[in-house]
Amino acid sequence: MEILPILSTLRRHKITAFLVIIEIALTCAIVCNAVFIINQRLDRMNMQSGVDEHNLLHIELADIGVTKDEKARTAEDLAALRQIPGVAQVASLNQVPFGNSSSNAGIKLDPKQNLSTLNATMYSGENIGPGLGLQVIAGRDLQPDDFMDFDVVMRAVHARDTKSIPHVIMITQNMAQRLWPGQQALGKQIYLSDIPLTVVGVVKELVRPSIGDDAAKSYSMILPMREARGVYVIRTASPQDRDRVLAAALAKLKEINPHRVVLKKHTFDDMRHDFFQNDRAMAGLLVGVCVALLVVTALGIVGLGSFWVAQRRRQIGVRRALGATRSNILRYFQTENFLLATIGIAVGMVLAYGINLLLMVHYELPRLPAIYFPVGALLLWVIGQLAVLGPAMRAAAVPPVVATRSV
Amino acid sequence: MFSYYLDLALRSLRRNRVLTALMVLAIALGIGASMTTLTVLHVLSGDPLPGSSDTLFYPQIDPRDMDGYEPGKEPPRQVTWTDGQNLMRAKRGDRQALMTGGAVPVQPAQSGMEPFYGDARYTTADFFPMFKVPFLYGHGWSASDDESKARVVVITRTLNDKLFGGKDSTGQTLRMKDLAFQVIGVLDSWRPNPHFYDVYMGNYAAAEDVFVPLSTSRDAHFDHNGSTDCWGTGGGDQEHAETSPCVWLQFWVQLDSAAKVASYKEFLTHYSQEQKSLGRFERPPNVRLPDLMEWLDINKVVPGDVRLQTWLAFGFLLVCLVNTVGLMLAKFLRRAGELGVRRALGASKREVFSQLLVESGVIGLAGGIGGLVLAFTGLWLVRLQPSNYASLAHLDVKMLLITFLLAIGSTLLAGLLPAWRACQITPALQLKSQ
Repeated sequence: MEILPILSTLRRHKITAFLVIIEIALTCAIVCNAVFIINQRLDRMNMQSGVDEHNLLHIELADIGVTKDEKARTAEDLAALRQIPGVAQVASLNQVPFGNSSSNAGIKLDPKQNLSTLNATMYSGENIGPGLGLQVIAGRDLQPDDFMDFDVVMRAVHARDTKSIPHVIMITQNMAQRLWPGQQALGKQIYLSDIPLTVVGVVKELVRPSIGDDAAKSYSMILPMREARGVYVIRTASPQDRDRVLAAALAKLKEINPHRVVLKKHTFDDMRHDFFQNDRAMAGLLVGVCVALLVVTALGIVGLGSFWVAQRRRQIGVRRALGATRSNILRYFQTENFLLATIGIAVGMVLAYGINLLLMVHYELPRLPAIYFPVGALLLWVIGQLAVLGPAMRAAAVPPVVATRSV
Repeated sequence: MFSYYLDLALRSLRRNRVLTALMVLAIALGIGASMTTLTVLHVLSGDPLPGSSDTLFYPQIDPRDMDGYEPGKEPPRQVTWTDGQNLMRAKRGDRQALMTGGAVPVQPAQSGMEPFYGDARYTTADFFPMFKVPFLYGHGWSASDDESKARVVVITRTLNDKLFGGKDSTGQTLRMKDLAFQVIGVLDSWRPNPHFYDVYMGNYAAAEDVFVPLSTSRDAHFDHNGSTDCWGTGGGDQEHAETSPCVWLQFWVQLDSAAKVASYKEFLTHYSQEQKSLGRFERPPNVRLPDLMEWLDINKVVPGDVRLQTWLAFGFLLVCLVNTVGLMLAKFLRRAGELGVRRALGASKREVFSQLLVESGVIGLAGGIGGLVLAFTGLWLVRLQPSNYASLAHLDVKMLLITFLLAIGSTLLAGLLPAWRACQITPALQLKSQ
């Protein structure tokens, strides 16, 4: 290939060539990192929750006045909800996945430890396993005689009375693996403050209500405490029952006790949608910027290519008159663009790596996987070639007779 | 001379419409994107109380047990009930307020209006004067109301419009959680951004609907919302909130001079020591006293995504500018012949240079106007977003000016290199090749 003459031409247009290289490098660096962030967000949005999302409804109620007999009223609510046709399971609990408000605690493997081993979220409530559709992969689900009432437990904790405090717990597979890598978790003990709890069951997955650190997203435990907070999850037999069941459930609850307000009522599909709305918006914005960047860069290459072709019309004519074919001319401009793009991509890779390092420090992003470099390079090469095609074809169309005319 | 250059510039730009449009569009896109994100960042990192934020401080003390102790680590970001009450009673600041957030059932007296839950702030008397909260009707409560757990309430203008049709409702009764409260004040529109006094209620949340004395809220068993952090035997349940080893209240103090700040810090250390000798605290004294803006920094209230978007937009602007420099350079060099003639006819380098700068300035101006339109569109799109800060994204005069200066400045800067390069042309050489 005729690389040497191209290089000597480029040496005469140092500044312009340099600008094209810089533009390609910046675009390459920004697009690589932006696409990486987009992928991170998409992964987050597709996060497994471990619950039977398409069949779940969430209702949250709050009493208007001071309530008495909360436990009896909750039992009454649950019994009435179970009667509604299309309802498979009902649970009364303290918090729900993707619900944002959560209660968390530090977990220790030894009560004498100074720092806790990890921080996990505490789900509690009767019938959480079947109610949310959790998959128990080892041991057993919590049994009725494991359960105690939440207020009784709280009083016992204050009075340091260990008898009325639960002593069994279920945890997620991820949490078990983090606590005891490669070992069987069943029968092992964890400590909540200095309260010992024995692991009797492991569930495949149960995501936290609010997710700060993605690595800790499924550090969840389920405690055998009965809750009476007006937070209900209904599991329907099939997704098309949801709207009807939700309406029926609200009517029923209002009928049992009209002196209360509905704070939340939605399907889990809606909850997931709302929970990740910022990630969705960010991903959308990044896609927009990437497209705009690539378009601007491509148009820049078209513009500069056109100028170069116009400027060199006479030389092209001379070359054609001296026997160069159309495809020689075409190839010349394509090779020139390929050279510039290659240098730009090389600089861009270094820049992309640098930006990624900065993001790792300031935004806790992971390292950019190596696959992004060849894919990014390929993308920019293709765009460069497509952009230069128009001007190059125009150059190839210059007739040899131009050589004999003055400009 | 300027108008002649302008005429030349417009002629030259008209000759290459597609290219001109391309340059203007690139600049407009870059400016539009950076101004949109910069405006959002500017709005979100603003001072919620200009003029008084440097006299407001957020004391932090460490009442925890030795479990998990690491020297020099940040103390908890809230205080316990006991410490809050002690610090209130000490009255060492010019003003001080103890507070927390919650939600209360509001029961409108009008028939046909369903009861609803409203956001509430449980606080003490100084809250209103200390944060310069504007009143439309009436006033806040007094320290004696705090003492006597008075059933009084201050409501926002929005709630007053909803419940009382915007009329002066002071003296009226408002039922909440089956209890009667007397309305003593109605706030004028007030929305400090960020929601600095309690960052656990959403960083850019609107002000609460109702304000009730903290002592009354405990008496009335109002629900507490927000963050509760416990250690030891703390269970975090509402029933034991006053005695539990849990932090769940925010404490603010107003200190009007640097000397007072220093002595307040000393007081906090002294207080921690005293509590330690009483056996309540276990850790060595660890106190901090950030002012309002420092407190917002510590809590990283500006979302990371917004900062990232701003960097991204400026990266985009940079690419757009490099693009424009390249195109302008190519364009100016292509006119080498014309410039050579002008030089040969007696135009100095300086004159040719300023002529070319006018041309790039015109592109900058057009790009700036385009960018402004795009920024307005961009901000409108931001306002459609679901985030709770979205509604705040508006362009103010300051940002408008910055947009324009940024557009013209960056294009002139982009024009400098091509113009300078074009001036270096030797006229004789150009004339010869004609």
